[in-house]
Amino acid sequence: MVPLAHILALSVILFTLGVAGFILRRNIITIFMCIELMLNAVNLAFIAFARYLGNLDGQIFVFFVIVVAAAEAAVGLAIIIAVQRNRGSLSIDDMNSMKL
Amino acid sequence: MVPLFYIFAVVAILAGLSVVLQRTPVYSALSLIVVLCALAVVYLLLGAEFLAVVQVIVYAGAIMVLFVLVIMLLNAHREEPTDRSRLARILGAPLLIVFLGEVLYAIWRQFPPEQTAAAPAAGAGPRAIGELLFRNYVLPFEVTSILILVAVLGAVVLAKKQI
Repeated sequence: MVPLAHILALSVILFTLGVAGFILRRNIITIFMCIELMLNAVNLAFIAFARYLGNLDGQIFVFFVIVVAAAEAAVGLAIIIAVQRNRGSLSIDDMNSMKL
Repeated sequence: MVPLFYIFAVVAILAGLSVVLQRTPVYSALSLIVVLCALAVVYLLLGAEFLAVVQVIVYAGAIMVLFVLVIMLLNAHREEPTDRSRLARILGAPLLIVFLGEVLYAIWRQFPPEQTAAAPAAGAGPRAIGELLFRNYVLPFEVTSILILVAVLGAVVLAKKQI
């Protein structure tokens, strides 16, 4: 078996990559994809723990995370399309009307 | 079986790097599909066959197609670096490295890599998952259906001409 620490390390590295993309990228669609990357990193941790603890509850959680991600993608992409239609730009630097 | 995990872990990390570093959103989306498929293989190695299939069909199949469709629809081209992205690079990158090191240290202390003993694999076929889902997790399952209903309504409202 692969040591649990190595699987969790993969999960943490993918999560950090997602956070890095979230703060470095300026395109709202890429930022959204980085959120999906973070969700997948967490899913991997859930499945690793489920395997090492020998029960299935972690897999049920992953199941719900995938459903929530699908709903989030549908609504989020609709918002992105609405924003692009109203502002004509996909850069988050142009979305600052709620800033002080 | 063990080497396969490391091969696909490296594939996932490289493709994840590509998701973050590509400037063109379409390339990021295609790299993300590679990450999802590599993770599906890892799920398979960890005994989560059903979730591996769901990952490929729902994530790589449905969600990522939606992403690629929106990218094509909005004609998203290369992004230009701005002052704020330079600030994020200077401040964010060191903090992220600190975060990564800290969590890895915690993992190594809590779960030493020498310790590889796992509990005997529980059967994770559709039958076992379904029994657990409809016996112990019926309420979350029903709440999820309401969530999806709200998401559909939200998408329809947002897709109207005037907002």
